[in-house]
Amino acid sequence: MKYSGFKVLWEGLKSNTGWKPLWRNPDPKKNYDIIIVGGGGHGLATAYYLAEKFNITNIAVVEKGWLGSGNIGRNTTIIRSNYLLPQNQPFYELSLKLWENLEQELNYNSMVSQRGVLNIFHSDSQRDAFVRRGNAMLMSGADASILGVNDLKKMVPFLDFQNSRFPIKGGLWQPRGGTVRHDAVAWGYAKEADSRGVDIIENCEATNFLVKNGRCYGVETTKGLIKSKKVGVCVAGSSSQVMGKIGINLPIESHVLQAFVSEGLKPVIPGVITFGAGHFYVSQSNKGGLVFGGDIDGYNSYAQRGNLPVIEDVCEGGMALMPLIGRSRLLRTWGGIMDMSMDGSPIIDKTNIKNLYFNGGWCYGGFKATPASGFCYAHLLATGTSHHNAKDFLFNRFEKGRLIDEKGQGNQPNLH
Amino acid sequence: MLIDHPLLGLRDSSEFIYMGDAKLLNRPNWKSKNFKTKFIDYGYLRKNPAGVHKELWYHEQGDRSWLVVTRNTVTHEILKVELARYLKRKANAK
Repeated sequence: MKYSGFKVLWEGLKSNTGWKPLWRNPDPKKNYDIIIVGGGGHGLATAYYLAEKFNITNIAVVEKGWLGSGNIGRNTTIIRSNYLLPQNQPFYELSLKLWENLEQELNYNSMVSQRGVLNIFHSDSQRDAFVRRGNAMLMSGADASILGVNDLKKMVPFLDFQNSRFPIKGGLWQPRGGTVRHDAVAWGYAKEADSRGVDIIENCEATNFLVKNGRCYGVETTKGLIKSKKVGVCVAGSSSQVMGKIGINLPIESHVLQAFVSEGLKPVIPGVITFGAGHFYVSQSNKGGLVFGGDIDGYNSYAQRGNLPVIEDVCEGGMALMPLIGRSRLLRTWGGIMDMSMDGSPIIDKTNIKNLYFNGGWCYGGFKATPASGFCYAHLLATGTSHHNAKDFLFNRFEKGRLIDEKGQGNQPNLH
Repeated sequence: MLIDHPLLGLRDSSEFIYMGDAKLLNRPNWKSKNFKTKFIDYGYLRKNPAGVHKELWYHEQGDRSWLVVTRNTVTHEILKVELARYLKRKANAK
């Protein structure tokens, strides 16, 4: 189905009777070239780029629940490319470039809104660290600038600039960052993958892998055996569960991250504001709700719900940064399961079983990476070699001592 | 979550620092065979179960003891709490 302004008018005249489902609901075939396990943002993006860039369309995406029921519909919708390390930053900049053209490419309104991302700093040394990060961003082709207090007072006058613990001294500003309507990303990729012939099979859980002589030749699912030449796993928080079925232990712990939304308000927050020192970040959705969050709860969890101490901590962070938030009421909280890796960076790599590939370890940064993750995973699945922007996201970096640790926290997943 | 500390009774989990899988108590011997593989496993690889998980909690804002908590990662139910030093002593005595 093709969307356009004319189509909206035309359907309006016909009482909206002509709209069709965005994707088919096929039964699985017996054989595919590639099976993607996991129909979230990354899995659907992978299927789309395989079809679009590599002309491989005999693909199945198998999804345990309904499409987009996991982290693609649970995140806080922020896109940005403000990383420091040379292994990470070019990858996220590739992702941001793909975001910028996403709606045209998919002919689907995902509400990509580049309203800017602001990281606030509070001391001279923190400013120096952000200047360095800004320079790393510029070197990768991204945009960045340092704003002083006066700039911030014009842009976000409601912040508590005189906070006695964390007085605000300025911020690192990336104008091209912003937010995206997250469900629409899954739906848009699904629509375009489906129209190129990809079978999206919902309510179909992969229960095991078909492996013989160290080669994977398909998956066992709740809808029967499906054979394929290659299998790509990208199941985020369930990574250890799925890979555990064939005895692979991953450098990953699953943790719960909570997110929050307030009742709808008139426009107050111009872009995304992050208050790293207080473990708090916030943006405003198109419906007016303040969407905010903080740190992970910090213990292994598959519960998709968190506990009260973190809710209190996040709300305290919000009050410290912008006291006006105390006037709004918290509407909803929810949790998602993060695949927290040992160094805080992802893995897009082959496994030691031939024809079985793995994509995961995204920590709480998977949403912004969706297009580049799909793009680079498709490259790996189609060509057998890593895309140059994802060439360091390998399993063996842990044994080789080449960790990609943005914060320098070491092998402690709950600190990344 | 409330953790039933063997010495102090029920304590709020926010008094603790979480250190992950209790397999960290069993550090490999650096003189053993395949010590390199064992240390990579010890340092980086985790079972990460959905269900019963033995894990280390450090009572930082309390008596600073290390606890081994057996907890269900799906329901957050705490099934058993033991002092890590007692477990270690018992293991060493064998």
